[in-house]
Amino acid sequence: MEDNNTDVIQGTLDLLILKTLSLQPLHGFGIARRIEQISRGVFKVNPGSLLTALQRLERAGWLDAEWRDTENSRRAKYYSLTRAGLKQLDAETADWNRRVSAVARLLKAEA
Amino acid sequence: MLRQLTRGLRALTNRSATDREITDEVEHYLTQAAAEHEQRGVPRREALRLARLELGNVTTAREQVRGYGWENIVESALADLRYASRRLRSSPGFTFVTALTLAVGIGATTAIFSVVNGILFDPLPYPNPERVVAIRELGTGGAQNAGTFGMYHELAARARSFDAIAVFKSWQPTITGANEPERLEGQRVSARYFSALGITPIVGRAFDASDDRLDGPRVVILSDALWKRRFQADRAVVGKTITLDDDSYLVVGIMPSGFDNVLAPQAVIWAPLQYDLTQGRAWGHHLRTIARLSPGVSIELATREVDAIGRAVLTETRPETYDLATRFDAISLRGELTRGVRSALLAIMAAVALVLVIASVNVTNLLLARGVQRRGEFSLRVALGAARGRVVRQLLTESVLLAVVGGTLGLLVAGLGLRALVALSPAELPRVAAIGIDRTMFLFAFVVTTLVGLASGLAPALQAMRADPNGDLQRVSRRTAGGLGHTRAALVITEVAIALVLLVSSGLLLRSVERLFAVDVGFSSSNVLTMQVQATGHRFDGEGAIGHFFEQALDNVRRVPGVTSAALTSQLPLSGDADMYGARFDPGVPNDPGPNRGTFRYAVMGDYFATMSIPLRRGRLIDDRDRAGAPLVALISESMAKRRLPGQDPIGKRIYIGPAGPYTVVGVVGDIRQESLALAETDAVYTTPSQWPFPDNPMSLVVRARSDPAALTSSVRSAVWAVDKDQPIVRVATMEALLSGSAASRRFALRLFEAFGLAALILAAAGIYGVLAGSVVERWREIGVRSALGASQGAIMGLVLRQGLRMTTVGVILGIGIAALATRMLATLLFGVSHIDPLTYVGVIVLLVATSVVASALPAWRASRVDPVTALRSE
Repeated sequence: MEDNNTDVIQGTLDLLILKTLSLQPLHGFGIARRIEQISRGVFKVNPGSLLTALQRLERAGWLDAEWRDTENSRRAKYYSLTRAGLKQLDAETADWNRRVSAVARLLKAEA
Repeated sequence: MLRQLTRGLRALTNRSATDREITDEVEHYLTQAAAEHEQRGVPRREALRLARLELGNVTTAREQVRGYGWENIVESALADLRYASRRLRSSPGFTFVTALTLAVGIGATTAIFSVVNGILFDPLPYPNPERVVAIRELGTGGAQNAGTFGMYHELAARARSFDAIAVFKSWQPTITGANEPERLEGQRVSARYFSALGITPIVGRAFDASDDRLDGPRVVILSDALWKRRFQADRAVVGKTITLDDDSYLVVGIMPSGFDNVLAPQAVIWAPLQYDLTQGRAWGHHLRTIARLSPGVSIELATREVDAIGRAVLTETRPETYDLATRFDAISLRGELTRGVRSALLAIMAAVALVLVIASVNVTNLLLARGVQRRGEFSLRVALGAARGRVVRQLLTESVLLAVVGGTLGLLVAGLGLRALVALSPAELPRVAAIGIDRTMFLFAFVVTTLVGLASGLAPALQAMRADPNGDLQRVSRRTAGGLGHTRAALVITEVAIALVLLVSSGLLLRSVERLFAVDVGFSSSNVLTMQVQATGHRFDGEGAIGHFFEQALDNVRRVPGVTSAALTSQLPLSGDADMYGARFDPGVPNDPGPNRGTFRYAVMGDYFATMSIPLRRGRLIDDRDRAGAPLVALISESMAKRRLPGQDPIGKRIYIGPAGPYTVVGVVGDIRQESLALAETDAVYTTPSQWPFPDNPMSLVVRARSDPAALTSSVRSAVWAVDKDQPIVRVATMEALLSGSAASRRFALRLFEAFGLAALILAAAGIYGVLAGSVVERWREIGVRSALGASQGAIMGLVLRQGLRMTTVGVILGIGIAALATRMLATLLFGVSHIDPLTYVGVIVLLVATSVVASALPAWRASRVDPVTALRSE
């Protein structure tokens, strides 16, 4: 359809999920859409990777999961951030920022 | 962490619920996506299609989610296990044969290990067992002498290395009282005996120095077994007296039930030694010495000290009974107890390990053969995306599962085998009572099983890993001999080599035992019954009372119907008796200056030489003339006459035997074997009890019967009891039984080696058969082509037979080399045959080659029947 790379940058999916859930609890599809919306379509999330990541994050204790009825009364698995998840988000954010600025500096130096 | 664990466990235990959850989540995702498209006005079907497109393959997504978590590793292992057990069930014949092979291998190894471990490696059941030592006296040439009280006395006074040092000798008192009289096995021990072992009585007290002196109090300590059997486990027996040999003894203690008296396992009663130093017997070698090292003292240090003290004592006192070059040392008690059996046990352990190797090799071979048939399966799996590691894991799971089945059966085999081993074990094996099924045995079986499982699965797994999916899938139906032919041939060669080593070993043992039984013992053992008779109690205190009792008993026995002759002797050949003295001829007689070996001294009554069929070579026998008060006379053995008095007439020479003499030699009799069939020690002197200064008591009765000697047992016993019904009669055995018992340990080893050798032969034959049968199947087409091109049936049979013989030949050559080295381990068990005895080797080689021809015959016959048309069309 388009040549633009819409893959989520390797290793950032966790960060994106954590950040998205820090705003409000969401189900899997909701998370995917929210990431697409906020990134204005830059990132398209692969559902398989997303659900696997959710499973992993839940196991790690960063997310809580709960089956709830949605607004259109279907059952869905809602994920929310735990306290540990919040801490992890902070850590990953700081790490990301550090790396972004490093890359930015490098690019600047070359330009 | 906890969450990982609980979720994982939930996923494992309730897979369907977790699966449903994942499916629901994926499904939900799908409907949401579709709904969104629909909202944008896309028709419903198209919306669903778009959503599916976005999600990709639903199953893949689900699998992706599902594949996360540690439980999946467990799950795939379980799946492997299920698959493996299904595969094993689907070929019951194969499974049965391999599991049985492994069961025998693992079972036999485990059983032997338990015995060897229990005897050689388990520490003695005492506190700080490494500190318990035996003190030995080594004469020139390394011969070991029994200890003397004199030396013990000096060591106890001077040595600083020991917490306790003790001497002991055996003691057989007869107990009388409320129950019937019974002769007990016991020990007379010096005061510190129990301290040296580190065990104290559980009730009452141990002996102390005030007990252990000449004319000290008559006190005894009972074993738990005797206490329970004879005193109904009544604690009040401590402090009471019991009657032993007509004397009252005060019971002062009871040993705990767990007390394992390794130095005399049969002993149930102990009394203080109360040694009489005044009789001039202090330097007689008839005691054993043990000690407990002080903390921090090494065995080397103790050895240096006892050697220094021992030599000093010899220089100071120069006792006649000592060779002045005697060395003294300390050796761990366990080492001393197992010295005689150690090398035999290690050889047996090595042999059974070889059987296990051969069993594993056979299983490897069978797995490899199956691997060829399953090549297509592996290639398919790899082609479908299975990682090679996954295929290897699958195969190792199979072989380990097989090993576990075999190992479990093996434990059964081991349990039975262990019982049989303990039952069959020769009396020389120490500490057999302590051997049983224990944790070490299970641990050993488990480790062996795992190793065998991995080892036997390794080659097939590597073979599978090398599989080339493309080539194999194309070739799956074609029969071609692959490179693994070499691996399998190498394995069969190994089997043949090992089988040869085991067969040669059992052949050598067989020849040794044959040689041993072909030895001329010097007497006739057939139809001879023996038993030990003793005169106990104060009624025999009077002068000549003991002799009178024995004479009467002998008269009574002679009158028993079926008895042709009877006699009494102070020591019985091949019964473990060994009563030796120094013997020297009159100073005027020029006699052999060589080292004065010990001379066996026999006091005999009645027609001993006729009863035993020992021939008279010269002169006359001892008879009724030679009674107390008459001139002292003696007979000497043939070889003693030759060795000590070369070229002289022994008749009329005068000889001193230990403290007694001089005796006039009146006759020369044939040599006999006294200690064992293998030892040709033959210096012997015979006198009558009435001409010997000390009473001989107990004596052994030998009875020649007209027919089956064992049938006379009860009537002979009654004849003795008719004289005095309180006298114990023990050690009843036919001379034949004593004879075969004297080779018991060799026969024990022989039996085991025969079993191992047979197992190895069968397994090697199975291996040869398996490889050839497999190779005929693989070479079907080639054989077809050959016969199409005109090869005769004979030529094709020859082809297969040659292949079998080639493997056998290489195996045999390899095996001969190994056997020539390995059979050195057997040296102590061999008798009259060299460990490279050519006859044995040739015999075994013939046997192996013949077996390999038989094993090759069926595959060869099958090859010869290959129909070229079918073979060529089968593609």
